[in-house]
Amino acid sequence: MSALEIRNVRKTFGTTEVLKDISLAIDSGEFLILVGPSGCGKSTLMNAIAGLEPVTAGEMLIGGEDVTWRTPAERDIAMVFQSYALYPSMTVRQNIVFGLEVRKVPKAEREEAVARVAELLQITPLLDRKPSQLSGGQRQRVAMGRALAREPQIYLFDEPLSNLDAKLRVEMRTEIKKLHQRLGTTIVYVTHDQIEAMTLADRIAVMRDGRILQLGTPDEVYNDPADIFVAGFMGSPSMNFIRATLAGQPGSYRLSVDVGGEQPLVLPWPAERETPALVRHVGEPVTLGLRPEHFSEEDARLGDRIEGTLLNTTTTVVEPTGADLLLRVALGESEITVRLGPKSRAVPGEPIALRVDMSRAVLFEPETESRLA
Amino acid sequence: MSQTDSPPRRGANAGRHSLSGTLERVLPRLVVAPSFAVALFFVYGYMIWTFVLSLTGSRMLPQYDFVGFEQYARLFANERWNVAATNLVIFGGLFIVICLILGLVLAILLDQRIRQEGVLRTIYLYPMALSLIVTGVVWRWILNPGLGIQSLVRGWGFEDFTFDWLVDPDMAIYALVIAAVWQASGFVMALFLAGLRSIDDSLFKAAALDGASLPRVYWRIVIPCLRPVVFSAVMILAHIAIKSFDLVMALTGGGPGYATDLPATFMYAHTFTRGQIGLGSASAIMMLCGVLAILVPYLYSELRGSKHG
Repeated sequence: MSALEIRNVRKTFGTTEVLKDISLAIDSGEFLILVGPSGCGKSTLMNAIAGLEPVTAGEMLIGGEDVTWRTPAERDIAMVFQSYALYPSMTVRQNIVFGLEVRKVPKAEREEAVARVAELLQITPLLDRKPSQLSGGQRQRVAMGRALAREPQIYLFDEPLSNLDAKLRVEMRTEIKKLHQRLGTTIVYVTHDQIEAMTLADRIAVMRDGRILQLGTPDEVYNDPADIFVAGFMGSPSMNFIRATLAGQPGSYRLSVDVGGEQPLVLPWPAERETPALVRHVGEPVTLGLRPEHFSEEDARLGDRIEGTLLNTTTTVVEPTGADLLLRVALGESEITVRLGPKSRAVPGEPIALRVDMSRAVLFEPETESRLA
Repeated sequence: MSQTDSPPRRGANAGRHSLSGTLERVLPRLVVAPSFAVALFFVYGYMIWTFVLSLTGSRMLPQYDFVGFEQYARLFANERWNVAATNLVIFGGLFIVICLILGLVLAILLDQRIRQEGVLRTIYLYPMALSLIVTGVVWRWILNPGLGIQSLVRGWGFEDFTFDWLVDPDMAIYALVIAAVWQASGFVMALFLAGLRSIDDSLFKAAALDGASLPRVYWRIVIPCLRPVVFSAVMILAHIAIKSFDLVMALTGGGPGYATDLPATFMYAHTFTRGQIGLGSASAIMMLCGVLAILVPYLYSELRGSKHG
């Protein structure tokens, strides 16, 4: 049985349709992340799950029960907010027990719950402090503690790490993942940060304009994107989209890319990645998607030959990130981003020889932006 | 500012400075000096003079025959002063409490994302834009038994209806409270509304998920957040209450008899119309003590707060 099931949910504000026919189901213990650019409806969907925004149409089931018209309090969910939303006049302890107190849980059980979550989140020394006396990371822990104390069926996280600095964000990310692995809780998590989505999720729902474009595991969403938007949104630096023309026939398709010279760059399309749809696009322009890590440097020093088509081009910018080297290289009129190992000796303005690994390339239809192969 | 911002070695070269440099340093002081001198003389100078007069036996005109604290002794033995002081406690207490409650309720109701909020807010805030004299005159007519509410309701046929607080010596002070509350509660509402608007919306969401009912959310979470606003509101209202003079003059003139006298009207009557400058001065100094008793803790907490903040 699904912990949460959303059936054909729509939400309109006036004449604008914010959620357009959303359906999804989450298994118990699953970590689902809703990701998308701002204004894609992910927060509205979360508020709808929480019961804070009534839906215009559709049904919502939690643990098999129809909760579409129940109040937030009756849904057995807890939420962690971006701004933490700790009650400022209460101590940490009071913040954690408030929900239990309202539900008339006996005092002994409340004390037990506080002790349990405080130990779990290592906030025991902070219990008698006010939220204003806590740092951002501590407030985040308290907010999670408040959610955990009630032991609800579903946890909702609304961009919980966005107000933290970069280092703390990574730490808390790991902590949330650990907590999920330990407690096996069902979590719906909203973020606009695709790295957060990739690292935390069991499944990712990529949203745009009130629709779920793709729902799948991080691996599926990353390596097998449904369309250009998903492909471009997931991954940093973003996927390179290259205009190409499809040629050849089933079994030996080729892509030719205009690189400014007399001869176009010809990239053979791997036979195992062919789809029936390709036949109709022979001779037509297509969009080739190649992630920066699909390129590697042809380096005599390395000795061993790397598979892939040779691409001779010029480096324009070198951005070392420490772990890798990000290169901008010319490709005809435009530029593409390439990720190389830190040992690369690429120099701006110098020619460079690259190998293109076509086995993980993706093809899109330029007009509809949908996936071809 | 120019001095503190300049590097230290500029001070060493000050002698060689051009005229414009000197002007730049002196000008701010020159500009501030007149108003500073005026404030020093007319506020603090007269404060001291009033204190000196309160120690004299002055009657029609200031005299300097010092009698020690005899005027204060006379003041506290004075029946009219005691009425005025009691009135201040009743008037001030009721005025502050009712304004706070009414202002908070109005602010909470107005904060429910209602339509035409801007219009309503302006309507409630407008009484504050009126002079207290105007408020006094308006309410004198409304509360006048022969013209206002009483005559209106009697005109509807309720012949026994009586609402004559304004002319009842025991109730007139409450009539004063009505008018003052009408004037100031909109302002308190605006203060509270600003406070409510600064509260993070997700607090309400969190409380809704925790299962708290709306009254509980306000009582346990929202109102405690408004404590600083309550504090400022009490300060402002307490000042208005202690300084109340024009409202009393316009509404009741201190009457019936001296039933609605407040310290300010007492001071005015004795100093300027009854030829008791010494006694009036003593009452003025007592009012100053009252204001200071509120102001000093306030300033103390404010200054301490800013140091920590």
